[in-house]
Amino acid sequence: MAISITINGQARKIDAAPGTPLLWAIRDELKLTGTKFGCGAALCGACSVHLDGEVVRSCQIQVQDAEGRSVTTIEGANDKIALAVKAAWVKLDVAQCGYCQPGQIMSAIGLLSQIAKPTDDDIDKAMDGNVCRCGTYQRIRAAIHEAAKAV
Amino acid sequence: MTPSPSLTSIFKIEQPSEADRGSPRATRRGFLKIAGSGLILGLAAPMLAAEGGVAHAAPGTAAGGLAADPFVRIAPDNTVTVIIKHLDKGQGAATGLATLVAEELDAGWAQIRTEFAPSDPIKYKNFGFGIQGVGGSTGLSNSYEQYRRAGATAKAMIVAAAAKEWGVAAAEISVSGGVVSTKSGKSATLGALAEAAAKQAVPSDITLKTADRFVYIGKTFPRVDSPAKSDGSAKFTFDLQMEGMLVGVIARPPMFGATVASYDASAAEKSPGVVAVLKVPQGVAVLAKDTWSAIKGRDALKVLWDESKAEKRGSAELVAQYRALLDKPGAVARKDGDAEAALAKAAKVLSADFEFPYLAHAPMEPLDCVVRTDGSTADVWTGSQLQTVDHGAACAVLGLKPEAVKLHTVWAGGSFGRRAIADAHFVAEACAVAKAYGKPVPIKIVWTREDDIKGGYYRPIYVHRVRAGLDKDGAVVAWHHRIVGQSILAGTPFESVMVKDGVDVTSVEGANSLPYAIPNLTVDLHTVKTGVPVLWWRSVGATHTAHATEHMMDMLAKETGRDPVAFRLALLAKHPRHAAVLRLAAEKAGWGGPVPAGIARGVAVHESFKSFVAQVADVALKPDGSFKVVRVVSAIDCGIAVNPDVVHAQMEGSIAFGLGAALRGAITLKDGKVEQSNFDGYEPLRMSDMPKVESYIVPSAEAPTGVGEPGTPLVLPAVANALFSATGQRTLMLPMTKQTYKNA
Repeated sequence: MAISITINGQARKIDAAPGTPLLWAIRDELKLTGTKFGCGAALCGACSVHLDGEVVRSCQIQVQDAEGRSVTTIEGANDKIALAVKAAWVKLDVAQCGYCQPGQIMSAIGLLSQIAKPTDDDIDKAMDGNVCRCGTYQRIRAAIHEAAKAV
Repeated sequence: MTPSPSLTSIFKIEQPSEADRGSPRATRRGFLKIAGSGLILGLAAPMLAAEGGVAHAAPGTAAGGLAADPFVRIAPDNTVTVIIKHLDKGQGAATGLATLVAEELDAGWAQIRTEFAPSDPIKYKNFGFGIQGVGGSTGLSNSYEQYRRAGATAKAMIVAAAAKEWGVAAAEISVSGGVVSTKSGKSATLGALAEAAAKQAVPSDITLKTADRFVYIGKTFPRVDSPAKSDGSAKFTFDLQMEGMLVGVIARPPMFGATVASYDASAAEKSPGVVAVLKVPQGVAVLAKDTWSAIKGRDALKVLWDESKAEKRGSAELVAQYRALLDKPGAVARKDGDAEAALAKAAKVLSADFEFPYLAHAPMEPLDCVVRTDGSTADVWTGSQLQTVDHGAACAVLGLKPEAVKLHTVWAGGSFGRRAIADAHFVAEACAVAKAYGKPVPIKIVWTREDDIKGGYYRPIYVHRVRAGLDKDGAVVAWHHRIVGQSILAGTPFESVMVKDGVDVTSVEGANSLPYAIPNLTVDLHTVKTGVPVLWWRSVGATHTAHATEHMMDMLAKETGRDPVAFRLALLAKHPRHAAVLRLAAEKAGWGGPVPAGIARGVAVHESFKSFVAQVADVALKPDGSFKVVRVVSAIDCGIAVNPDVVHAQMEGSIAFGLGAALRGAITLKDGKVEQSNFDGYEPLRMSDMPKVESYIVPSAEAPTGVGEPGTPLVLPAVANALFSATGQRTLMLPMTKQTYKNA
């Protein structure tokens, strides 16, 4: 029984069984591998996507709970804020290994969609859930400020 | 890590024929040319930088071009592809090596592309290792001359082609930003001249640029991988998708050394999407149509473990056993003078025992490997840090000759040492599963985060005792540093070169190279055995030796009423590079000047991997003993900084990595079982913990040395020294959350 979800603006039918985390439907069924697996327990943020415009950890959303709703992944994040964030990430060479960065970017887009000019405290709160083992936090912070200026 | 070139003999690499022998100097035989047939001769480098991991000839290189040396390819479409012999796991290898080629070729930065090299222990070896692989912060330093020569060779052939085509002398031709021109107005791109260049003789004498002519080296240009890593298109092993692919996870022993006694696959086999349940040496593999099905299938698997040979001790018992050895003499790693006698006569002896726990690497991408074999050939894809080792393991498990196995290197989501493993266990297990399954489909074996945190190969537990003696005038006259820990290299092919006279160099590096002018100095080591597999963790020996030595130095400074920076400088007269980097960090941090209210300031200096680093930490201390590191000023002397911004990024990142471990990092065992399982128990550094990092590079014309690791070990002692100066509380037990730092 296929589950209907809008993914990056496209109506899709998901075959994954109820109970499957949205993360794996995105990665293995839809082959959208920008969204990453990091922990499977909402401890690292690598799986962050937008569900009806809100940042969520897709490893904790079951596919049936996304039925009829709209999901945006890193590949489809292209509104004004998203483009400013991605551009800032490139301009400041934020990424090192890059594995956590799609999740970081999705969280950053979510933050800037809520708070146009976030303070460092706002950034801490919004981004604390996104782990970076390469330690690019200083540049993530700078890129968020840079994107805020550009929007 | 600093293995020697004799590693080639360990891996029994067959020597290539004269015709195939590549060398850092391009020779006629070593030179590959592309004919109009469209094949890229000898350079079947998979297009892995941005694509799905399937080898194919790139469009645009189909008709002619220049393949200068195994490292540079110039296509008629005017792209310049640099073949990267080392894994890029975030440290910037791709950007760094590309910079070297761009410099000597005088390419335009926008035309540069990168691809990971195939596995070839001769053409693509690390000159420090003798095999293909990266680690020990040697990637750029061992490539510095080789890749520059590759770029210069290609340029010489381009210029020769232009000279011939235009009927001018080579001396009249200049190349800049990828454009070849003469003052008289001739102009062509590198791409337009590539095919003609391939017909030129390979020059035997190449002149490299002098530093005053550098356009790229020492300047900041965009990282080559930033765009793909900022839009989700960069592919990691975990992301590889292939027709008919199966995904597997392996049920692993809950205790190190336990084996499968029996297992019941009935429920697992019935689990949706599960295709097979297979016994392999590493455990029991569950293969399924997709990742979630594999994970759920493994949850349904029942395994009975034989724990008779397993390591059953816990961290507390191990530490107690290690501590008991602190009173006994060990294998001597360094002996200057007579430290024991000098300590006995000293006016005052300071003593400190340190305990360092197991640390997990926990890269964001867990281990993973894709294997596809039809029984007579195989392809293996992974973020391969030691290609020659991984390739050899694949051949051994699959029973295939090296030429029958292709190893494709893929971007890695971090490593910090985790992927550089002598037993290549994560490649071996994927091959074992593929062989057991027996069908020519791609098989992707992945680790979950629990597998990763519980999976061993940790930075070992170490226990140290440092005793330092002062004479009546406050001079340091004796220093005895005893270390107890497990050998990382024992039982590996590296043992014969890196363990000498019972001393594993990775256990004592940083301690046995203490730079301070102390007349009587002994460093000795007890090597213990446990069943826990251990591995090098970013900066290896320095992860514990830098703290033990630099914290004791501050204790001595305080005891003798001296400023910690001045105290060190007075003992570094013979070590100008240590002294210079210490001075730079101190100056930039405002050392000796006013410190903001509530802030404690501490310093540390340490050399590792031939680079010199000093850091000053500003720590905001609260009355309840909690603290936050608010700023770290870092200075590095790494010789010439090829990509300064990449160096700064490595300093920022290594400080974060070291600080996370310092604050909270510990893997603990109880009754042989790892107590942590995910990022809740092994809590990483997060955004709100990150201090402001100010990174400085000592200007240098020396050949480049390492930057991936040297920044890691300083922040712990710098922070500990800050807290010591403010509270008198020493940091002897790690992680720091084991202690409180209330004001004295």
